[in-house]
Amino acid sequence: MPSRKSKQTSPSSAADDAASEDSGQPAGGRSFWSGTISFGLVTIPVELYSATRSTRSSLRMLAPSGNPVARRYFTDEGKPIDSAALARGYELDKGDYVLVSDDELDALAPEQSRDIDLSRFVDRAAIPPLFFERAYILAPSGKSNVAYRLLAATLERSDKAGIASFVMRGKQYVVAIVAEEGLLRAETLRFADELRTPKSIGLPGPVEASAAKVKAMRSAIEHEQKASVPDKELADTYWQRLEALVEKKQKHQQDIVSPEPVEESDDDMAEVIDLVAILKKSLGQKSAPSAASADSKPKKSAPARAARATKTQRTTKKAPAKKAPAKKKAAAR
Amino acid sequence: MAARAIWKGILHVGSHRVPVKLYSAVEEHGVHFRLLHERSREPVRQQLVDPSSDEVVPYADVQRGFAVPEGYVILKKDELDQLVPEASRDVTIERFVPTQKLGPEWHVRPYYLGPDGEDEAYFALAQALGETDREGVAHWVMRGHEYTGALRASDGYLMLITLRHADEVIKREELPRPEGRAHSDKELKMAEQLIGAYEDAFDPEQYHDEYRERVLAFVEAKAKGKAPRLKKPITKSEETKLSDALAKSLAGLRKTGGEKAGTADLGSRARGRASTTAQKKPAAHKASPKKERHVA
Repeated sequence: MPSRKSKQTSPSSAADDAASEDSGQPAGGRSFWSGTISFGLVTIPVELYSATRSTRSSLRMLAPSGNPVARRYFTDEGKPIDSAALARGYELDKGDYVLVSDDELDALAPEQSRDIDLSRFVDRAAIPPLFFERAYILAPSGKSNVAYRLLAATLERSDKAGIASFVMRGKQYVVAIVAEEGLLRAETLRFADELRTPKSIGLPGPVEASAAKVKAMRSAIEHEQKASVPDKELADTYWQRLEALVEKKQKHQQDIVSPEPVEESDDDMAEVIDLVAILKKSLGQKSAPSAASADSKPKKSAPARAARATKTQRTTKKAPAKKAPAKKKAAAR
Repeated sequence: MAARAIWKGILHVGSHRVPVKLYSAVEEHGVHFRLLHERSREPVRQQLVDPSSDEVVPYADVQRGFAVPEGYVILKKDELDQLVPEASRDVTIERFVPTQKLGPEWHVRPYYLGPDGEDEAYFALAQALGETDREGVAHWVMRGHEYTGALRASDGYLMLITLRHADEVIKREELPRPEGRAHSDKELKMAEQLIGAYEDAFDPEQYHDEYRERVLAFVEAKAKGKAPRLKKPITKSEETKLSDALAKSLAGLRKTGGEKAGTADLGSRARGRASTTAQKKPAAHKASPKKERHVA
């Protein structure tokens, strides 16, 4: 099951870094990728931003001293290992590893391409939802947004999605470009061989249901049908309970520790990235540059939502020499 | 090989009960590396350390802290335990909305549901959902976590797609619409023609994770002692050829209908606007070198 929390208990940092590389936003509010969408002979410079943000980052693992813990590597005998002495291995047979170097992985990685070349347009509804992996928003980054808006308007009117494969951060993606309310979005797609089917799972063949039974189900559905889903129904109720508990304890000054910040802790009080402000700036820069720039700076931490340290930063700080391996792990899925 | 169910539950739709089994719809194919100690080639162990003393902290001694401006609020195990929802097999569905209401940005992971007895109720629900083109908003507790999901029909079977929380998704309303001068009818028509020229069926089978395939092949070759010489691969293969061919046919489209219909203006109008020249012009020539490469 999707467990965003598993990060903290995962025994392997490889998995950690891979997960966060793939799911987090890059530090400093930069876009994930910038390049061009081309369709026909038209090119549209764009920047790619995550359409989602992480919200549960304030929960930490603390040592008994109150300091956030750091992760370090040890040999089986418990000797600490310097990060420079780490290597990456692929296990072919049990306990037998093939070492793979950064240079080798670099050479295997797809060539960086600045292009999302839309070579195929399909009916949007023809893409089964299980293909969608992650959602991004595309903002126009060139001097003119005319071509951007034209592609968005046309995709929206025709209810089509443009399909392309492209390379982002050393990994190859298939992406569907769709438009909604004047905005272009990019949805990365899973590869077909990663998806199961009812047949491969071994589900029983369909049983013909009686018309009466189907009708009964239909009326049960119609009885509960609504136009939309209110946020309340999608609220993170666990997190709400947790925040309420935190606030209560804060009010009573109960169980609060204030450790001296340690340089190398697992707690970079990183800047909270206000993705919306950044996007607003990107999207609005043609029409209202002054209005948008006012709130476009990344915000400093708000109390409870504070401290979203990105893994990327942490890795950089601790082991600059080994940053690349972590990245590669994300890349080689 | 049949997959194993992850969980069993009971869908509640009105007064109907539909017992189901849950299966992952995704089977990730990653290339997984282990971190090794370079000298010994032994896997390393990751441990938690108190950075103020460099001492290892056993997992049992780790406490949870919630970051607040004054430091951390410690959350004790029994306090956290009390927040965990009660275990249940019930999947409640009290709202059905049009299927396009919750876009892909809400989706986390797809699961297939299979019948767990009462097959007819299962397939009747799948059929009814498909016919009404609706999805149910489902709530359930699984392994100590609360989930929200979209219950959908897919080719006569039921799927459950777990959903993000409301504050994780950047809403359409939060973002401004890019504004600018209105497009001319000609531009819109031309763009539609272009898209039409590239129209095709969705064919997911044609895409492969070539990088993964290359890494695996390399690792295996290296294990056999024949470390292959690596050259930077040229990735654009099938895709590009297709697009070259299409670009060529499109160029034809431009020539015939283009000048009169104002086709060429799509680029040139934007070009005319101040400094876009640099960006647009190379684009207009882009297709030709590619074409040559293709032919050669």
